[in-house]
Order: sequence, then structure tokens, then C-alpha cells
Amino acid sequence: MPVDSFKWMPPSLANYYRNLSMTRAEVPWTPLRKPLSECRFSLLSTAGAYLKGEQEPFDVEREKREPTWGDPTYRAIPRGVRQEQIGVAHLHINTADLEADINVALPIHRFLELEAAGEIGSLAPTSYSVMGYQQSNDEWRDRIGPEIASRMKDEEVDGAFLTPV
Amino acid sequence: MPVLARAIEAVGISTVVVTMSPYLAQAVGTPRIVGVEFPFGHPLGHAGDREEQMRVIRDALRAMVEIKEPNTAIDLPYVWPEFDYWIKAWHPEEPAPITKWLREQARLRAEAKRREEEQA
Repeated sequence: MPVDSFKWMPPSLANYYRNLSMTRAEVPWTPLRKPLSECRFSLLSTAGAYLKGEQEPFDVEREKREPTWGDPTYRAIPRGVRQEQIGVAHLHINTADLEADINVALPIHRFLELEAAGEIGSLAPTSYSVMGYQQSNDEWRDRIGPEIASRMKDEEVDGAFLTPV
Repeated sequence: MPVLARAIEAVGISTVVVTMSPYLAQAVGTPRIVGVEFPFGHPLGHAGDREEQMRVIRDALRAMVEIKEPNTAIDLPYVWPEFDYWIKAWHPEEPAPITKWLREQARLRAEAKRREEEQA
């Protein structure tokens, strides 16, 4: 059975997306060059995760004043992060499960287990989070994407595991 | 997310996007897509369910190896139980600002129409 992309959407949103005309971009391609057991991975989620007390939360206060604006910045999340350090700022989903278990969207602890079991080469020092509500993708395309990509490159990442929420 | 996937893939890093909306990811163009029919906020499964999370992650890693053409989607077969509960539970407790704003606009339009009809 194919996945129904509209199953969980409110009907108005499903209608909007069904009728939206979308332009398909040119898709770049990098084949995985090594077996998974030799690859280094980094993670990126749109969950709106940040480090409590160390990083600014995503700016949901401005979004409350300007409902068509979404904070386009990103946060770097280290591989040694503990669940209790994680905060989640995202006004479009119920964040309770992410605050209880960030592995639902940013599976740092699962990837550390895969690393320990030798199923992957390693988890990179840094993973990343953005906040998924963006009316325009310009900032992500022109600034945030290239910056995260360049940091992954610096940490010699082979594969990126991406999880929109 | 597709725009971030393309930016990362473009510097020579393989990507996989695990998403509840594979249709949209494919429509705009994404290197590798793994579809899950899970409620929003839960791309890898239930909170605290390590086995389920690992199953989805391992499937997605396998897809990274198996997919040979850009913009290919592989759908996972997992069924999320208790639809009637989760169709409500995934939403934030308070509606998002844009949702409130759209509802308010609809209310104002309805009110203006009613007033017009009363005057007619």
C-alpha cells in the first residue's frame, strides 16, 4: 500500500496541497560510496529542537506576532546530548513526545547504538535542527542549507539522515 | 526539507528524507525519499518505542543503499494504530498562529457577508 500523504492533514490543508502546482527542482545526486558500516552519518530534523539554557529557542514569539513568518535559523546539536537538555519550539505540532524522546525525530541515541553495534561507521560530532514552518524556502536554500552542508563536509560526513516532522 | 536535502546532496553527501508527505517531497524534487504513514511530529515512530524507531531507521538506511535514481520514493508498510485518537493528538494544544489568523479572516468574511445580506 502506498503511503497516503494526506491522511493526517486537516481536509482544508490536504485540499490546498492537492491543488498546489509545484515546480520540480533539479535533483543533485551523490551515491553512497561505502558500505553503511563504514559511513559517518549526521542527522537533521525540522523538529525545532534546541539546547535548553545554552541556545536561544526558535523565535516563536515573533511568529505569534507575524503568523506568516517562521524562524529560518538552525541549531547544532552535539552527539553527547542528553534528553533533559533538549527543548522543542514548534507551534505546528504537539511537541510533548519530542520533549519526552527526541529520537522520534532526531535519533541521536539510536545512531549511537548503531555505531556501537558496528552497523554504521559513526555518528558525526554534530547533528542539526531547524524549525519546519517556513512560508518561503529562500533562506534555507541560499544560506542555511549551504551552511549546514559545509559543516557536515568539515566533519567528513558520508550520509545525512533527514526527518521533517 | 527537500531544499535542505538538495543543498547537502549537492556538496557530495548522500541524503535520505524520512517523511509523512512523500508526495510533496517527490513533487518538488528530493534525492531519496522514504514514506511513513505516521502522524505529524512522529517520523520514526512512538516516543519510547526503541524497537519501532530502529526498524524505521534501518529501513531508511537500506533505502539509501538501494535507491539508484534521484527522486525515488520507497514507502514503508507500517500502520499507526488508534487513528481517531492521533488525528487529534498530533496537533498542538493551541492552534498555530497562521491557523488562528486564517480562522479569524474566515469569520470576518462571514460577518461582512451577513451584514451585506441584512442591508439588502
